[in-house]
Amino acid sequence: MMSEREVTNAEDSTIGYQENAPHPIDTDFELGQDNINPFGLDIHNPVFLVSGLSIVAFVLITLMFQAQATEFFGWLRPFLTSTFDWFFLGAANLFVLFCLMLLVSPLGSVRLGGSDAKPDYSYAGWFAMLFAAGMGIGLMFFGVSEPMSHFASSLGGTAVEGGVRSDWAPLDAAAGDAIAARNLGMAATIFHWALHPWAIYAVLALALAFFTYNRGLPLTLRSAFYPILGERIWGWWGHLIDITAVFATLFGLATSLGFGTEQALAGLNYLFGWGTGNVAKVVLISAITALALISVLRGLDGGVKILSEINIGLAGLLLLFIIVVGPTATIFETTFAGGAAYVKELIPLSMPFGREDANFSQGWTAFYWAWWISWSPFVGMFIARVSRGRTVREFVICVLIIPTFVCVLWMGAFGGTAIAQVVADATAPVKDAALELKLFVMLASLPLSTITSVLGIILVLVFFVTSSDSGSLVIDTITAGGKTDAPAAQRVFWCTFEGIVAATLLLVGGSEALNALQAMAVSTGFPFTIVLLALCVSLFIGLRQSLREQRG
Amino acid sequence: MFNTIAVPFDLAHIDKQAKAISAAADLAKHFGASLTLVGVTSTTPSETAHNPEEFARKLAEYAATQSDKFGIRFDTHSTVSVDVTIDLEKKLDTAIHEIGADLVVMASHEPGFRDYLFRSHSGNLATHTDLSVLIIR
Repeated sequence: MMSEREVTNAEDSTIGYQENAPHPIDTDFELGQDNINPFGLDIHNPVFLVSGLSIVAFVLITLMFQAQATEFFGWLRPFLTSTFDWFFLGAANLFVLFCLMLLVSPLGSVRLGGSDAKPDYSYAGWFAMLFAAGMGIGLMFFGVSEPMSHFASSLGGTAVEGGVRSDWAPLDAAAGDAIAARNLGMAATIFHWALHPWAIYAVLALALAFFTYNRGLPLTLRSAFYPILGERIWGWWGHLIDITAVFATLFGLATSLGFGTEQALAGLNYLFGWGTGNVAKVVLISAITALALISVLRGLDGGVKILSEINIGLAGLLLLFIIVVGPTATIFETTFAGGAAYVKELIPLSMPFGREDANFSQGWTAFYWAWWISWSPFVGMFIARVSRGRTVREFVICVLIIPTFVCVLWMGAFGGTAIAQVVADATAPVKDAALELKLFVMLASLPLSTITSVLGIILVLVFFVTSSDSGSLVIDTITAGGKTDAPAAQRVFWCTFEGIVAATLLLVGGSEALNALQAMAVSTGFPFTIVLLALCVSLFIGLRQSLREQRG
Repeated sequence: MFNTIAVPFDLAHIDKQAKAISAAADLAKHFGASLTLVGVTSTTPSETAHNPEEFARKLAEYAATQSDKFGIRFDTHSTVSVDVTIDLEKKLDTAIHEIGADLVVMASHEPGFRDYLFRSHSGNLATHTDLSVLIIR
């Protein structure tokens, strides 16, 4: 083994790397060296087994000791987001600044995969995939409900109890002024969906893409730590990082699949009266998992990409429809005024210290940041997988800047329409509708609501499938030690496993168990914030070296 | 009868394909055909190479050793895929048509339990391509 490795190294050094080709890191590690092959599979030892078994153990423990688990995670998550709110807010600001720095600095010219690499995907296919994996489902449910929440709390004004603000309004609220409250509500919503979440994804995705395509390390989370941990990433440090990533991804996906099933069923029941019983839940989870299975078995090009394009196409159609048949002028006004308010309030909203609106900054913002960060291993790694051949600058524009504009428009259309309905009529049904029904109730007040509601529900389901399939691919790659060519049986396993975990939690534990495990998944956002900060340093060092090599 | 022989080749399992290489070399000599090793690599680092450029180089190096060994020229053709697990056969099929092959010679493993669930790459390629395929076990 050793002698073979020496021979390869010797060959490499005599031939020398082509000037423009990527420059692999000189490490003793060989991809797949820790992999084992039971039953013809190709899995990383110990990441695959430890991740799989600890997930099963966690599900069982949570279900057996549900009260204690609910209590513990129900305490842990708010404890983290209210004690370390300054840390989440401050870190997220740094990620945005770091990405903007990359955009304008010479480092932006470094190309992922070496300066001769050609992009694997067209702009359209690339954007569809990264957007469908990155936000998707949340936009469907929160696009209507979140602007309404912030609008209502802002309009209500501030309230003080025992010297502390007891209201949930952002900043200083806008008591009694409907237009100001709408703009502040839009700014607060956009703040949670635009630059910051995408900067979080971008940091992780860029770091991983760089160390994979330009430095030849395996496509798995530990690789991005090479500049900091060195050869230690191949040992338990690396195992721990990868296992935590699998953990956060699987529980994040499974709990949102569980919750999403309830929400989608509520929608289906509202539209068609199909009921929301256990049979319906199992049928829906099975259907989503089956579609995701077909997608992963058709592969990245034949499944995931096509589905993402259909998904984004349909979402665009719904958005266009709402803009055209909804209150068009109000939507544009809300979008521009909301976007302007976002720019104006960006600094106050992102202030990590001296906040008086603690309910908002801890309960909303810090929670969101922890949530996005806990999703980042999954979304970031998936974005990395499809971004080869792009320059860092193109990457930042497409992963940070364009999604920001899309989110401003989306929130302006969905939120703007809903707020307009409430402003016009204080008893509008959308106001008191349950969170998961707000979208459909809002659509019901617009023309052709039968068609748009069906389109809405299809979108909800397809967004689930596009998260589920890309998530399975990511977990499969991590647990195969970074191999993207592991046997198909492994992706089938993870995709099915996710569906089974979701169904078990939903049927046995109900939403209490889902809540507990979602709180657990979101809590992983805390350690991953430290991880992401470290990645900024790693990536900066790596890109600077790369730029020097490129310039010769 | 055959002018261009393609040999789909997996750099990760060189030892298991010696028989196929030797058979392809004999056939090429017999028919006076050209001989090309066809490789598919992932865009991400794999067991065999850190990047597609390195993969192409390694395949060419291996072809050179076989050219010396058998006294017949082995050309190479390497191609990339974002999802090798699924797209391997499709990429191989495209590649062997690109080089204008009229015979495919490739190694395969002994069929086993797993083949009931997931078919072998060679079997899959033979089912879907319109070219003659010789599978060597």
